[in-house]
Amino acid sequence: MRKIKFLFAGLLLGIIFTKSEVVSWYRIYEMFKFKSFHMFGIIGSAIITGIIIIQVIKKRRIKSINGTSILFTPKQITWKRYLFGGTIFGLGWAMTGACPGPIFTLVGNGYLSFLVVVFSALIGTFLYGYFIKKLPH
Amino acid sequence: MIELIKEPWPWYIAGPLIALMMFLLLFFGKNFGLSSNLRTMCSIGGAGRFSEFFRFDWKSQIWNLILLSGVVLGGFIASEYMSSAAPMDLNSDIIIELQSLGIKNPGEQLLPEELFATDAIFSLRGMILLVGGGVLIGFGTRWAGGCTSGHAISGLSNLQLPSLIAVIGFFIGGITMTYFFLPIILSLK
Repeated sequence: MRKIKFLFAGLLLGIIFTKSEVVSWYRIYEMFKFKSFHMFGIIGSAIITGIIIIQVIKKRRIKSINGTSILFTPKQITWKRYLFGGTIFGLGWAMTGACPGPIFTLVGNGYLSFLVVVFSALIGTFLYGYFIKKLPH
Repeated sequence: MIELIKEPWPWYIAGPLIALMMFLLLFFGKNFGLSSNLRTMCSIGGAGRFSEFFRFDWKSQIWNLILLSGVVLGGFIASEYMSSAAPMDLNSDIIIELQSLGIKNPGEQLLPEELFATDAIFSLRGMILLVGGGVLIGFGTRWAGGCTSGHAISGLSNLQLPSLIAVIGFFIGGITMTYFFLPIILSLK
């Protein structure tokens, strides 16, 4: 059961998402209306901390738990898929007030309506895979 | 201490904690990205019969599904044992604006009852938000190759230009929806 550590990591994430109100439709509404610093503070401080962490990993050549090097695969250099896909996701993010982690956390919070969101997100993912060759990337 | 945990956590605690979770996953030899679980689930459900995109070694992603089940469980624990009854501290302009859009008690609970209570599934606007929003999330994150965790947190932390483009897209979509379409959708019953 070496994989149990991922259950605990997920558990912490679910608690952080709930307690910081990242899962709240209101917080996402405020963010897209630029009326509250809360979400910008969370994402911004996560990125700044993340930049420092990744720089330290690269400079110190920190190894993973398995003794292997921590590798970062650069994203492919193109723009269409990121801009168009990102915009489509943004529309859905503002509608449900939740991104792909929080849609699951909200089910745990007792909002059974988000089971509909999860199922619909699976359909959306399937549609992308079905039409993948017709979409610009 | 217990009381402090029950209060909403401030941004300067939550943001660095999320980054530490990203580090923990890197240290475990994995990457932080939650939307890829949707692809894995499609593959398990047999979507590979319809598209090559779903024919991959999904067993290598089992760790991420286990993580995701923790994300559900964490939500349960936080709402069951760590929540306070106090209303959310929302911006006062937003409260007035949402009341005029038909939401009676903004911030009383984590989500507006009118849109996301279980019986809202059967209302027109609830259906549009839940089904429409879900489909757009699934389609958009896969097209963009990641969501908030994969692009905004992991990608920008690694100074990836494509992730910046994706995040700009997130905001183009989110602002368009919030300013132009949400008022129309909320006016439906």
